[in-house]
Amino acid sequence: MTTPIVYASAGVAMLCIALFGFLTARHVLRRILALNIVGSGVFMMLVALAARPDPPDPIPHALVMTGIVVGVCVTALALALLRRMFADEGSARLPEDREFG
Amino acid sequence: MTTAAWMEALLAAPLAGAVIALISGRRAAALVGVVTAFATAAASIALAFAVSRSGVLRYAVGGWGRPLGIDLYVDGLAAVMVAITGVVGACISVCAAGYFAPKPTHADLPSDKHDRAWLYWPLWLMLWGGMNALYLSADLFNIYVTQELIGLSGIGLIALAGGSAISAALRYLLLALAGSLLYIVGVELLYAGYATLDLQQLRDRIDANPSTFAAAALMTAGLLAKSALFPLHFWLPPAHGHAPVPVSAALSALVIKTGFYLVVRLWLHVLPGLAWAHLATLLGVLGAAAVFWGGVQALMQERLKMMVAYSTVAQVGYLFMLFPVASVPEALPGALLLAASHAAAKAALFMCAGSVLAVYGHDRIRSINGIGTRMPLTAVAFALSGISLIGLPPSGGFAGKWLLISAAFAAGAWWWAAIIVLGGLLSAVYLLRALAFAFLEPPIAGFGRAPWGMEATSLVLAFIAVGLNFAARPLSELLNAGAG
Repeated sequence: MTTPIVYASAGVAMLCIALFGFLTARHVLRRILALNIVGSGVFMMLVALAARPDPPDPIPHALVMTGIVVGVCVTALALALLRRMFADEGSARLPEDREFG
Repeated sequence: MTTAAWMEALLAAPLAGAVIALISGRRAAALVGVVTAFATAAASIALAFAVSRSGVLRYAVGGWGRPLGIDLYVDGLAAVMVAITGVVGACISVCAAGYFAPKPTHADLPSDKHDRAWLYWPLWLMLWGGMNALYLSADLFNIYVTQELIGLSGIGLIALAGGSAISAALRYLLLALAGSLLYIVGVELLYAGYATLDLQQLRDRIDANPSTFAAAALMTAGLLAKSALFPLHFWLPPAHGHAPVPVSAALSALVIKTGFYLVVRLWLHVLPGLAWAHLATLLGVLGAAAVFWGGVQALMQERLKMMVAYSTVAQVGYLFMLFPVASVPEALPGALLLAASHAAAKAALFMCAGSVLAVYGHDRIRSINGIGTRMPLTAVAFALSGISLIGLPPSGGFAGKWLLISAAFAAGAWWWAAIIVLGGLLSAVYLLRALAFAFLEPPIAGFGRAPWGMEATSLVLAFIAVGLNFAARPLSELLNAGAG
C-alpha cells in the first residue's frame, strides 16, 4: 500500500467516525468539534490526492488552504452563537434536544 | 459596457458596498446599502440584456485563467438567476431601509437589538455579493467558497433578531456546514477522477462510473440540505420564521434558490450524459412530498410568519418536480418562472406579515381581523401574492405551473401534473384561511402605524409576481441565448 493510499484511507475513516459523531451528539460543542474532524478528514483526502511523482499537484493544496480558512471562520461563528445561546437560554443543546436532560 | 464589465460590477459593487457600509457606521450604512442595492440591481438587469444580445461569456478575471485563476461564466440560466436576485434584492433593500431605521417600531426586533441593527447592511450586501458570485462561478471550488460566504452572512443576519433566532441560526449553521462538507467530498471525488474543477471541462470529460455517481450523490445531498428539500427542511421554518422580516424575505425568496440552481447546473449542464432517471424520479418524489408536507404544516400554523415559512417548504417542492420531466424543453423555463414568481411573492408575503406585526404587535392568524380595512395595501399585496403562489391566472405562478404541467404531459407522466394541481389547492386552503381572518370585521384595535415603506414594497413585489405571467417568452429566449 502506498503512502497516499494510507493518508486517503485515514481521511475517509476520520470522516466516517466524525460524521457518526455529528449525527449522534446532542451537545452543540460536540457537534461543532465533530464537524471540524469531518473537515480534517476531507482535507487529508485532498492532500493525498495531491501526491504525484514530481512535483506535487498544487491545486489540492490551494483548496486545502482555502478550506482551512473557511473552517476557522465557520467554527468561530458557531462558537460565538453557542455562547450567546447558552447565556440566553442556559443550555448548550438545541431546543429539540433538551427534554432528555 | 460589455458582459464582462457587468459581471465584474455585479461582484465588486455589493462586496465593496459591504465594506463601505461597515466602515461608514451606524449613520450612513443604510444610505450606502440602498445606493449599492440599486446599482447592483441595475447591473443585474444590464447583464441579462447583454447576455440576450451577445450570448454566453467565459471571462478569466485578471487574465489568469484556469486552473489556478478564477474564471467567471455567464449563460442564460445564470443571467436569469442574477436578474431575479437583483430585482427582488432591490425591493428587499427598500423595505429594510424602513425596517432597520433608527426608531424601533417592530415587535419582532427588540429595542436592545436595535443598536446593532445597522449591521444588517454589510451582512446583506455580503450575502448578495455571494449569491452573484455563486451564479457566475465557473468551477466547483469557487461555488463552495461562495456557498460559505452566503451561509456565513445569512447566519449573521438571522442572529440579528436575537432571542430564539440564535438557536435557529445555530441549527442552520450546523446543517449548512455539514452540507458543505458533503459537497466538498463530492468535488474531491470528481477532481480525483477527471483532474479538473471546471464545469465545462468536467462536462466534456465525464463518463458514467461508480465514482462519478458517488460524487454526484454526495454533492446533491449537500445541496438538498441547503435548499431545504423535504425531509431536510426542518431547519428552515424556525430560521426563516424568527429572523427579522427583510432577512426572512431574502432567505426564503433568494438564498433557497441557490441550492436549487446548483442542482440544476450539476445535473442538467455538467452531468447530462449520466443515466440518472431513478435519481430524477427520487428528486421529484421528494418534491411532491415537500408540496404536501409543507402545505399541511402551513395550514396548521398559528403565526402568519411561520405559515409563510412553511409555504416555502412546499414551494421548493414544485421546483424539484422539474427533474423527472427535465428532458422536455418547457420544463426548465417553467421551473425558473416558478422560482422567479415565488421569489417575488414570498418576499411580498413576509413583508405583509411584517406590516401586520408592526400594526398589531403580533401575527397570530386568528386575531388579525380587519386588515382589509385598516391596511388595504397590505391586504391587496397579500391577496395578489397569494394568487401567484396558488397558481391562479394571471400570475407568474400560473404561467410557471402551466409550463411544468405541459412538460409533464409531454413526458407522458400525468401524475406530476396531478400533484402540481393538488398542491395548488392545498396552498389555496392555507392562504385563503389567513385571508379570511384578515377580512373579518370588526377590526381589532392595533397599536402601531403601518410602515408605508414595507407596505408599498410588498405591493410592488406582488405586482411583479402577477406580472411575471407575461415573462415566459422572454425568459425562454434568454435561456436559449445561453444555450447557443
